[in-house]
Amino acid sequence: MLDWLARLGRQGLLLTTALGRSSIFLFQSLAGFPKSSEALTLWLRQVYSVGVLSLIIILVSGLFIGMVLALQGYTILVDFGAEQALGQMVALSLTRELAPVVAALLFAGRAGSALTAEIGLMKATEQLSSLEMIGVDPLRRIIAPRLLAGFVALPVLTIIFTFVGVWGGWLVGVDWLGVDEGAFWSNMQSSVSFREDVLNGVIKSLVFAFVVTWIAVFQGYDLVPTSEGISRATTRTVVYSSLAVLGLDFVLTALMFSNL
Amino acid sequence: MRNQRWVEVTVGAFMLLGFAALLFLAFKVSGLAQSSEQDGFEVEACFGDIGGLKPRSRVTLAGVTVGRVAAIDLDFQWFEACVTLQLDKNLANKLTTDTAAAIQTAGLLGDNYISLTPGIDETYLAAGDSLKDTQSALILEQLVNQFISNSSKD
Amino acid sequence: MQDDLVKVNNLHFSRGDKAIFSGVNLSLRKGKITAILGPSGTGKTTLLHLIGGQLQPASGSVEVFGQEVPNLGRKALFELRSRMGVLFQSGALFTDMTVFDNVAFPLRVHTSLPESMIRDLVLIKLEAVGLRGARNLMPAELSGGMARRVALARAVALDPELLMYDEPFAGQDPISMGVLVQLVKRLNQALGLTSVIVSHDLAETLSIADYAYILADGKVIAEGTPAELDASMQDEVRQFIGGLPDGPVAFNYPAVSFADDLFAQEDLTYA
Repeated sequence: MLDWLARLGRQGLLLTTALGRSSIFLFQSLAGFPKSSEALTLWLRQVYSVGVLSLIIILVSGLFIGMVLALQGYTILVDFGAEQALGQMVALSLTRELAPVVAALLFAGRAGSALTAEIGLMKATEQLSSLEMIGVDPLRRIIAPRLLAGFVALPVLTIIFTFVGVWGGWLVGVDWLGVDEGAFWSNMQSSVSFREDVLNGVIKSLVFAFVVTWIAVFQGYDLVPTSEGISRATTRTVVYSSLAVLGLDFVLTALMFSNL
Repeated sequence: MRNQRWVEVTVGAFMLLGFAALLFLAFKVSGLAQSSEQDGFEVEACFGDIGGLKPRSRVTLAGVTVGRVAAIDLDFQWFEACVTLQLDKNLANKLTTDTAAAIQTAGLLGDNYISLTPGIDETYLAAGDSLKDTQSALILEQLVNQFISNSSKD
Repeated sequence: MQDDLVKVNNLHFSRGDKAIFSGVNLSLRKGKITAILGPSGTGKTTLLHLIGGQLQPASGSVEVFGQEVPNLGRKALFELRSRMGVLFQSGALFTDMTVFDNVAFPLRVHTSLPESMIRDLVLIKLEAVGLRGARNLMPAELSGGMARRVALARAVALDPELLMYDEPFAGQDPISMGVLVQLVKRLNQALGLTSVIVSHDLAETLSIADYAYILADGKVIAEGTPAELDASMQDEVRQFIGGLPDGPVAFNYPAVSFADDLFAQEDLTYA
């Protein structure tokens, strides 16, 4: 019993110190990011590797999720003679919930794990150490551009995801199942509010972007520099960020949509 | 792939794609521009009960959407709901003054909307006029109640 | 002595519960090659990290260029590091840059020289390690020995006063080993550097070192010129230099006696 209590306490302490370290880490990286053209180049490069390279998976998943939503929604709605509301259903589920969450999960799997592995490998091959000895702060040179790129890339990916999803829903609903095109769009437009739904979805994705990138980069920077350490940290990145995304999604949904 | 120019171009395209998608979401999905862009004309109609009518609900004529509900206010004299309808500008001076407005429900469980039925007058509606012939929403619960109380009397 | 570039006094350092250093004293003479030898796992690399200020000692002093490293602020520390070069065990080349950019990197960061002058300087450094022709290759395309030579060119790019080599000869074939040994010696003479070589490749290191320390169990167990060490009768030194499997530095990891272990009534049901 006492052992169990001690173990709990030790876990608590470890968790708190990790939180503290990662906060200091975040602060130090973002505090001193230079605003030069060189920094812009570094940032662009990272937007490319976390954003542009994740585009394919986002496009494909968005399309299929929109199509499945329309297919499932249609079979339910048609029982109530309400298949006209298909557009509204597809668009609302995508903007409010599915696009931010699924895009964040995919981002954690595709870009987050890559970030962790890349930084971990730099640590294992002493590149970070070597930067330090050359007199360049790796937090500013390596970490900060990656953090900032992640913050920007995921919201953009989320918006693209929503767009492709709605298009996929239209493809199945209107083109294939024969829902009236006018009703599809007008129902969507009358029920989706730009501020309440679209913007709240984007805000969600901003929060997710922050958390996922932070976790990924910190796990990479903090890992044990061995091949086992890297593979463990990569797994941890995906697990922690998925849990964080799903948990935060509940909190954010409760805050944003509970009064609607 | 490590070519700097390629990186810059694709990132630019990526950002542009995101921006275009946002515009699509704003205008096509959430219909952001529709109410502000259309400079239609407004008429008023007061109802005893508007049921579940909301701002931005549809206004139809012969089943075709010709406008939206712009605002709903309570009239403190008669305690009626006065609804401001924003109608397509093409309809200005074409609808008769005795046009009837009825609140209807799309399907059994769908949204409320206002359906207009033109009359036979020689004069036509202009901005700021109000519709006299209105029909309140049918509230399903009230109908059920009536049906039950009627059948229990028998 | 005033011509000591680095002075380490009574240094203590531990990682977790494990003590790495318990009272290390050593000094690096200016313009000389000093070797720090010892079996694997004695914290030789850690010592370099402490000199570079990447780690904080538990107690004791590390003085570099007359400045107390553990007390320096972030800015002063980066200032100090621009006067040292490090050749890391793995080379630690930046994998996303060409050989040329790798060598140019410290110059671009610390100086505002025009690009044409940087080009000249980089080519000089690359010529010194014999890899001027490889300047457009990526680090992944280099062999291990070439990568280490490029890393060496990068380490000396800013003409540091102190150059630290972390296991420069480990895992090299005899030819590149010989090339590296000659390079280290030549660079030291040509640039007037102070060099520290951390290594367990005894013969190669001692062949060019002016002075050597042998580390074991967190302490300096012997020091002297290569000739003195060779002549030493101290048991630990004899074991290390002679490459004997057992001696004061035990071959066996500490354990209960073998007989006790064999006949112990160990609970084997845990699996």
